[in-house]
Amino acid sequence: MASIAKIARRSFLIGSAAIVGGVAFGAYYVSRPAPNPLKPGKGEAALNPFVLIDQQGVTLFAPRAEMGQGVKTTWAALIAEELDVELDAVRVLHGPAAAAYYNSAFIGDALPNRGYNVSDFQHALGEVLGVLGKTLNLQGTGGSTSMKDGYTRMRHAGATARETLKQAAANQMGLDRDQLTTANGRVQAPDGTSLSYSELAEGAARLDPVKAELRPKSEWRLLGKSQPRIDMVEKSTGTAEFGIDVRQPGMKFASVRMNPRLGAAMNGFDATAAQSMPGVEQIVDMGDGVAVVASNTWLAMQAVEAIEVDWQQAPYPPETDQIFARIAEAFDDKPNSTMRDDGDVDQLPEGASEIRAEYQLPYLAHATMEPMNATALYEGDKLTVWCGNQMPTFTQSKCAAEAGLESEQVDVHTSYLGGGYGRRVEFDYSVLATRLAKQMPGVPVQLTWSREEDMRHDFYRPGAIARMRGAVKDGAAVLMDGKVAAASPVAQIMDRIAGLSAAGPDKGHVEGFFNPPYAIPNFRMSGHLSDVQIPVGFWRSVGNSFNGFFVESFLDEMAHTAGSDPMEFRLALARKEWAPAAGVLDAVREMSGWTGQTPKGVGRGVAMCYSFGTPVAEVIEVIDEDGSIRIKKAWIACDMGLALDPETVKAQMFGGMAYGLSAACFGEITFGGGEVEQGNFPDYEALRMHTMPQTEVRVLETQKHLGGAGEPGTPPAAPALANAIFDLTGKRPRRLPLMHDFDLLV
Amino acid sequence: MSTSLRINGKSHQVDLPDDVPLLWVLRDDIGLTGTKYGCGVAACGACTVHINGVAVRSCQTTLGDVDGDITTIEGLGAPGSLALIQQAWIDHQVAQCGYCQSGQIMQAASLLASNPSPTDADIDEAMRGNLCRCGTYPRIRAAVHSAALEMKEV
Repeated sequence: MASIAKIARRSFLIGSAAIVGGVAFGAYYVSRPAPNPLKPGKGEAALNPFVLIDQQGVTLFAPRAEMGQGVKTTWAALIAEELDVELDAVRVLHGPAAAAYYNSAFIGDALPNRGYNVSDFQHALGEVLGVLGKTLNLQGTGGSTSMKDGYTRMRHAGATARETLKQAAANQMGLDRDQLTTANGRVQAPDGTSLSYSELAEGAARLDPVKAELRPKSEWRLLGKSQPRIDMVEKSTGTAEFGIDVRQPGMKFASVRMNPRLGAAMNGFDATAAQSMPGVEQIVDMGDGVAVVASNTWLAMQAVEAIEVDWQQAPYPPETDQIFARIAEAFDDKPNSTMRDDGDVDQLPEGASEIRAEYQLPYLAHATMEPMNATALYEGDKLTVWCGNQMPTFTQSKCAAEAGLESEQVDVHTSYLGGGYGRRVEFDYSVLATRLAKQMPGVPVQLTWSREEDMRHDFYRPGAIARMRGAVKDGAAVLMDGKVAAASPVAQIMDRIAGLSAAGPDKGHVEGFFNPPYAIPNFRMSGHLSDVQIPVGFWRSVGNSFNGFFVESFLDEMAHTAGSDPMEFRLALARKEWAPAAGVLDAVREMSGWTGQTPKGVGRGVAMCYSFGTPVAEVIEVIDEDGSIRIKKAWIACDMGLALDPETVKAQMFGGMAYGLSAACFGEITFGGGEVEQGNFPDYEALRMHTMPQTEVRVLETQKHLGGAGEPGTPPAAPALANAIFDLTGKRPRRLPLMHDFDLLV
Repeated sequence: MSTSLRINGKSHQVDLPDDVPLLWVLRDDIGLTGTKYGCGVAACGACTVHINGVAVRSCQTTLGDVDGDITTIEGLGAPGSLALIQQAWIDHQVAQCGYCQSGQIMQAASLLASNPSPTDADIDEAMRGNLCRCGTYPRIRAAVHSAALEMKEV
């Protein structure tokens, strides 16, 4: 880890100022090729880290976390498109943790620009800087980056492998490579004879890779068309292996209780009662918690609950109100960032009306359906870890450090993730499994958290407060001046990964705050960082999840103050700033038949957010159903630039919206005595079959750059719903969850 | 104490206390991991199995309470021999992360067994106990309707 920390300390400077120094320093590391992690045996050929061919056929590597977003299928389709194989005829594996599987899009997205208006130069710079992901060993899935990352590189991986196989065939047949064609995993000669890729593997492995041009879009067979997901049969038959389903010979089952006062230590414990409980084999001191190893997970959970533990106090204020008072103190300090500062917000334009509002949003848990778990086997000089995770190389290095080993001595097997949403970026659960396994060498142990342990030991979406000031004149927005205060997931994660303290403007904190694609002439948006020590992390759409609510709720208030239709009010601002943002608003206006008028008993709201490269507009319709509010319908339009699998994009859009609506209606994590008060789904409800709205999604492809899909559906959901509820009730939601102030259908 | 169970047409002997929930017997002792742990308090439906053809939450059914033949997702159909409802799930590309889908499918199969032509309201009522954090509900609804139609044609 020391070397990663050292490199990161320099390279992360690109996030603030020293771009030139960062690149020059990075050049040495960047130019070193990452070793191919695939070690082919006899008769096998690993043509590059993504294509392995053996006598059984073709295996493609999609080293990104499959957590529901369909990346396994679309990533494989990128390679298969150029390799000329069919998706149902190849095997697709995640593969090991390896530098070669770095994410080239993480860093480009961290550049301090607005995203939608970058010049071609800035866009190219982002792509060049992306190779720093290799230097930093950044194998990971998150930030809606997979397609941006893989789109060009994976097609090249396929094309290069194809041409190399053709060269091997040409050598064998005594023909020129350009006389040959490929289809269905075979190379064909003009006379109709053909050789399978398997037959050519050994010959191809001896050749230098042959470079090739990428095919034009007009020749695509797979991309741009919806493919059957290759994980669908497994996931419909109970045969998909999640982390919790890993079974190893002789494996023991364990459960854990860590200090519910997050980040605090343990004074001691008394396990007398637990020791004699059925199935219990071992009680383990975990440092700031306890674990029980047993013959069955449930028996382990029962026993671990029976241990009496003396916990130390939390390092943050113990009650929710005190925590938010602490967050609000950040407004008194100078801002960490003012990434938008256009015109002059200190001068109220003549004849303009000014409005102000304050909003507050709660901490949120990820609540993945599969509780945190990992399986580990420690064998002295070797550690094997099985788990669903979004960051294999960090999981590897952190578990190595826990076991006192080098990263090379640790194998990480990444299974399917029963939900990620940013939670499985973290490695706490893998490190705990390692800590436990180290106490029982030679025995594989699966550590499964109870639902309660999972909900009470998350890295939460930070609680956040916004103070907004705006002005309208002649029906239009002329001024927006906003301040947001919250703790920073980026700062905490930098510290957790590499022991670094973050410096400079924190873009993640103000995503969706400083860069909404609206032309407001006087526009200043500042971020204030709170140091409150509750663990926070990346929750689907990160800062956009609260900033989208603040901006889009306040714009709605401004529209009403201006006496304007909220849709027209936004469209006027978006048209002047960025056509694709206006395009998605136009689309939902048309899809929903928006008139600006709703009958009694019906409310409609709109919101548009730009995040992770994709503008998304949503219209939500609510109805009064016998005194309860039902979310009846939703219309979503997104502009991806290019939708590589349109049905998968649609699923991400309505799924992302459902995640945002669930939080808006019911989601909150509160604290009492320093402990999280929610423990299970009855305390942390979500949309269900009967509360999910009827939804229609339209996927547009007009913008220049490829946008992300996994997260952008989430940010507009809460404000669109809140705006609809205002339309229905006349009462403006300025805090969430809505269940506290409105009678929602449950 | 040894207990005898009939699961997916096969007999199994397990040696566990009577109060261990069926969920954990299936997963950790029998090795049938298709049935999932989500909440342990009957609030999410991920652990749904059939006992004598009726959907039950296996996290709330103790070993001692089991009084009939158990069917799990593995017994409903397998990759080479899919049940009609599983085929509908695949046709509609329902799953995202997929973790809750075993329970969703078992619940839907139980619904269709008792009500071959469910309305949207029937689906709401039968499926509301099954949580999906990915929000796949629209496709679940479509898959249930299309499975109902298919069943009529068979």
